[in-house]
Amino acid sequence: MNRYPLWKYVLIGIVMLFGALYSTPNLFNVDPSLQVSSSRGLDIDINLADRVSNILRQENISAKSVSSDESKVLVTFADGKTQEQAQVVLEDTLDTRQNTVALTSTADVPGFFRAIKAAPMVLGLDLRGGVHFLMEVDMATAERQQQDSIVDDFRTILRDERIRYQSVVANGKTITAVLRNADDLAEALNAIRQQNQDLSINTENRGTDGVIRAEITDQMIQTLRQTAMQQNLTTLRNRINQTGVAEPSIQQQGEDRIVIQLPGVDNPDEIKERINATATLEYRAVDMENDAVAAANSGRIPPTSRLYYQRDGSPVLLQKRLIVSGKQLIGASAGFDQQNGSPMVRVTLDGSGANRMFDFTRENVNKLMAVVYIEDRYDPDAERFRKHEEVISVANILEPFGKTFQTTGLESFQEASNLALFLRAGALAAPMRIIEERTVGPSLGQDNIDRGFRSVMIGFVLVLIFMALYYRVFGLIANVALFLNLVLLVAALSMFGATLTLPGIAGIVLTVGMAVDANVLIFERIREELRNGNSPQNSIRAGYDKALSTIADANITTLIAALALLVFGSGPIRGFAVTLSIGIVTSMFTAIMVTRALVNWIYGRKAKLKALAI
Amino acid sequence: MELFHKQTTIDFMGKRRLALIMSLILLAIGVASLVTRGLNFGLDFTGGTLIEVSYAEAPVLSEVRQALADAGFDDAVVQTFGAETDIVVRLAPRNAEESADKLSTDVTNALRQNSSSEVTLRRQEFVGPQIGRELAEKGSLAMLVVLLGILAYVSMRFQWRFSLGAVAALVHDVLITFGVIAITQISFDLTVVAALLAMIGYSLNDTIVVFDRIRENFRSLRKVDSEQVINTSVNQTLSRTLMTSGTTLLVLAALFYFGGEIIHAFAFTLIIGVLVGTYSSIYIASTAALSLGVSREDLLEQKVQKEGANLDPLV
Repeated sequence: MNRYPLWKYVLIGIVMLFGALYSTPNLFNVDPSLQVSSSRGLDIDINLADRVSNILRQENISAKSVSSDESKVLVTFADGKTQEQAQVVLEDTLDTRQNTVALTSTADVPGFFRAIKAAPMVLGLDLRGGVHFLMEVDMATAERQQQDSIVDDFRTILRDERIRYQSVVANGKTITAVLRNADDLAEALNAIRQQNQDLSINTENRGTDGVIRAEITDQMIQTLRQTAMQQNLTTLRNRINQTGVAEPSIQQQGEDRIVIQLPGVDNPDEIKERINATATLEYRAVDMENDAVAAANSGRIPPTSRLYYQRDGSPVLLQKRLIVSGKQLIGASAGFDQQNGSPMVRVTLDGSGANRMFDFTRENVNKLMAVVYIEDRYDPDAERFRKHEEVISVANILEPFGKTFQTTGLESFQEASNLALFLRAGALAAPMRIIEERTVGPSLGQDNIDRGFRSVMIGFVLVLIFMALYYRVFGLIANVALFLNLVLLVAALSMFGATLTLPGIAGIVLTVGMAVDANVLIFERIREELRNGNSPQNSIRAGYDKALSTIADANITTLIAALALLVFGSGPIRGFAVTLSIGIVTSMFTAIMVTRALVNWIYGRKAKLKALAI
Repeated sequence: MELFHKQTTIDFMGKRRLALIMSLILLAIGVASLVTRGLNFGLDFTGGTLIEVSYAEAPVLSEVRQALADAGFDDAVVQTFGAETDIVVRLAPRNAEESADKLSTDVTNALRQNSSSEVTLRRQEFVGPQIGRELAEKGSLAMLVVLLGILAYVSMRFQWRFSLGAVAALVHDVLITFGVIAITQISFDLTVVAALLAMIGYSLNDTIVVFDRIRENFRSLRKVDSEQVINTSVNQTLSRTLMTSGTTLLVLAALFYFGGEIIHAFAFTLIIGVLVGTYSSIYIASTAALSLGVSREDLLEQKVQKEGANLDPLV
């Protein structure tokens, strides 16, 4: 007798219901739409939806629907052209410093599915196209940063060598260091040359002063531009990959531009902010000897300190000497503070950073330390980026700490998680700004897409026919399982927000083709048992039992491969690994449990079963 | 319907020298063509030229593609860009002497000739590859971790000789498939990478199924030498192996013949991969395990050590 307990049938029923619910949204149309939300990840103004509707009505732009929740207003349109017109109008009318308007697409699914958060898979750039950003890398800022860092470098070298100097300044590509004593020239030159072999350096005597003049060579600028570009590309890929399994296309265009294409993304503002923004942290000691308010009023800042402002606008004096900067961070994650529930970022420092932090905190217990939040913001009036620094927290050092600690003072969880992402994904070498945002059509022609879909259908149907012919009733059972596997796979991919590309579809079909394997293994075992003269009922049981360990071993090995690709691969490799991993899990469920349930249901009760249709 | 009514008794292992020679020849050809001809990298890897044109009236995209193909740009990717009248064309780099200006003139001329509406060139620029170097490096690292993971798991579940066999089969399959890609010079793009990954999963799956049967038979068949055990196992799993390869090839054949050029390279790579993968799980994986001297003792179920069993009884 082959019976399944009731609970297994119930379990299968629940899983299939779940699969049906979450795969259904893929059958609906997707509309081009716009998302309006707050630029800083805060809640939006309650009237924003009405304002948006009014603006569109005044401009005679017809929207299909306008809906909103706490964080965004979503407007859908009948076609892409209207969508773009509306974007231009909304960006002109709304204050873009407070609101961002981004292109996206929304599935036209009934409210019920939205309530259970069921959404269709995003179709990839090849199938439907997506959003295109053209970014310009601000090389001028990168060059200025290079000059500044050389100046800092010279100062440090001279200080370390105990050579007194009057000034070190950068003027364009020339860095000039004026020494107090011309006798030190040779020694200084030597020290500087040793650490800056690329610079073209010469010296001159000016009265009693010694002057060292260093030129940044064109070669150096060329290298800087190339590495800045490379690092920005890498950082962008990291940032976008961390937002999910979306399959972006990121390419360098010309000398200083980057093209990013993203398939219809869920949360375009977030993406926009993430690709565009730079943010990092610095930890500095608070200057406790001088009064910050007095210094801010009088403008007389002590030479070892700098004036900063906190988020509430109050001034604070911090020491120029840096304890630790974002570059020394090796890990960051966002969360909530356990004591007061405010958003925080938990950071991990590298070895040297941890040592410095520990030394500093040990010597400064019960003194104040400040966290400075730094981002490059684009100033549309000046047409350049400005470094924006603010102190997000000032806290008393209660006890020494080193490697890991948390930083609070962030406005929202969104800000905390963005900051954590930036710290993790690495900083941009040079700031960038979006100079063009457009929608792009699919990179494959409609005829190609149609042909692709048709071939996939043909392949699937061929397998179904073949299985039915070869294994008869058991083949039909396997076919039911195959179909259910497809439903489950689509449901799971939709829930994970996976992006579907044409190779991805082919990958799914292939998983389906390979899912047949589990059933082939079982059925061949049953046939073997029958050949060996076992009774049909025993053959079924033995067939399933014996095939199980084989199926498990084969699938677990493949799963290990898929997981390794998921963890260590990136971009398209990850997308493939996600499909493969999910496919393995769903196919084991349907090929073993579902087929057994059906076999038991059809044959299991028949005590005098003579033969099996296999 | 059955492929074989009786259990087959083909002497697979008897011909393993022949198979080994064949594999070595295939590997040599594969590696040689990989070295001499190299891969024909696609737009994803090389980058190329991006040309934006604007039409007075919205054109039919399939006609635009056709016009470009007729003019010799059959690798062009054509997309609408913002409005339906704006189009971007991306092309892989062509011969070095051809200047970017000439290229964009050629493209616009080809488009003008085939369109009644006015075509204006908006811009033309060089775009870098979509797959940066760090992506390729990360990919290679991922492959290494995959191989190590498989080595560890198969050693644990089976035995180290088997794990070496599985990895040898995998390397064999990947190298030969790469060789075929180099010989045919099909465009090596992201879809081919996906196909190679799928192939690894497939080949692995196939190998483990055969190994599983070998392990079972080592435990149940007594008084038979290793070679015979492996032969019996391969024969017992033969109909399953052919059945699974058959259904997978069926799907792939459909993709290859009806899928259009986009899926062509993907399907082709996988067809080669499935063929080689099926062959390698019989000959490479099992032969390697056999040559490394796998024996029954290696796979006997180890007695479970009871906690405290090695201690003297207290009383």
